[in-house]
Amino acid sequence: MSFKGRDIISIRDLSKRDLLAILDVAAKLEKNPEPELMKGKVLATLFFEPSTRTRLSFVSAMERLGGQVLGFENSDVTSVKKGETVWDTIKMVERYADVIVQRHKIEGSARLAAEASSIPVINAGDGANQHPTQTLLDLYTIQKEKGKIDGLNIGFVGDLKYGRTVHSLCMALSHFKTKQYFIAPPALQMPQYYLDDLDEKKLPYVVEQDLLKAAPELDIIYMTRIQKERFPDPVEYNKLKGVYQIDKSLLEHSKPDVRILHPLPRVNEINMDLDETENAAYFRQAANGVVVRQAIIGLVSGMIP
Amino acid sequence: MTKKEIKIPAIKEGTVIDHIRSRETFKIMRLANPQEFEHTINVALNLKSKKMGKKGVIKFSNRVLTQDEVNKVALLAPEATVSIIEDYKVKKKIRIKIPQIIENIVKCSNPNCITNKEDVKTRFDLAKEEPLQIRCAYCERMMGREDIHLN
Repeated sequence: MSFKGRDIISIRDLSKRDLLAILDVAAKLEKNPEPELMKGKVLATLFFEPSTRTRLSFVSAMERLGGQVLGFENSDVTSVKKGETVWDTIKMVERYADVIVQRHKIEGSARLAAEASSIPVINAGDGANQHPTQTLLDLYTIQKEKGKIDGLNIGFVGDLKYGRTVHSLCMALSHFKTKQYFIAPPALQMPQYYLDDLDEKKLPYVVEQDLLKAAPELDIIYMTRIQKERFPDPVEYNKLKGVYQIDKSLLEHSKPDVRILHPLPRVNEINMDLDETENAAYFRQAANGVVVRQAIIGLVSGMIP
Repeated sequence: MTKKEIKIPAIKEGTVIDHIRSRETFKIMRLANPQEFEHTINVALNLKSKKMGKKGVIKFSNRVLTQDEVNKVALLAPEATVSIIEDYKVKKKIRIKIPQIIENIVKCSNPNCITNKEDVKTRFDLAKEEPLQIRCAYCERMMGREDIHLN
């Protein structure tokens, strides 16, 4: 199996073998860095929509591999403002670089970019659709923190209806033997489609409103932001918001080695008093993004066979 | 059904689409571009059907539907039957089947999909036949039959 020339657009395109291969390469790179691997190669970071965190993580990944980066961080400064299409932008950039990373607010733009491009395209987020490198770093973090993925009880908390990271991670976890807990108010629960998919694969899951009820079971708590504007009724929001804000007291109800993840940035879902605990894995999770993106860049460019 | 009860005349050559759910009949007729068609089209609605309650039938004289058109029929009316008529007889029954990949005939229902923003041909994967679920190959939006609008 070779990743050379492959695009990383959607978690849907990756088999369990693919996922494990990427995690494996990431672990090796973490242990034995390869500061010369991408020497003489160029990564184009096309951020039609700004995303400082993701962009810096990709830049850091490429530079730590000895490669160079070109690109833009905002479509205001490009010809897109003049009406240039995704297709045309890619047709130009593919001649300047060896790998393209694209973020765009329009869903499906990453698939289109991959069709336009003769060099590999990595999707760094296409609107509300996919952000596969986030999912891979989430998986990597789970595996690193717990030493395994199979057999874990993984709870998602917050806005599960609109949360892109939750949908993708749920999809990726369906390759493994995990039990997933979906902890959210009914208005923000997982779309039925994802639950049907778990049913079809005969994977266990629990739909729950109360985090404290589920907490004693969980090995991983994956927090997400709840946005006020998602609620049809502000009274409902005020009633529920506290339920999905956690602090150190949660640990009294949890397994001692529970790990708390969050795709960041957080707003007020996680009290800072948790930061100092070993259970807080969210900053380590963000750091893992660099090594996972190094693995992906190395693999799709063919520099890692 | 005895001959006396036939409410729509037989055609000599062409295509008959039968067993259409009545409310889908006009949708099906529109996809065959009737304005640009010079021959007769017979349409009947609300015909009694033991199986379906009410059904629709469309008969296109002197026209054999293309596979693309049959695919469109399959998306809107998977229970319909399509027969090719020659000399008043059924020459061939076309089994209608929703293709695994549906190209360029359905519009994505997601307004923020790239196919609705740039000049891109749409493409959907058949995710589930019953109940029908198709997935946009670009934005991955799942669409049921009620969301399907043709390009």
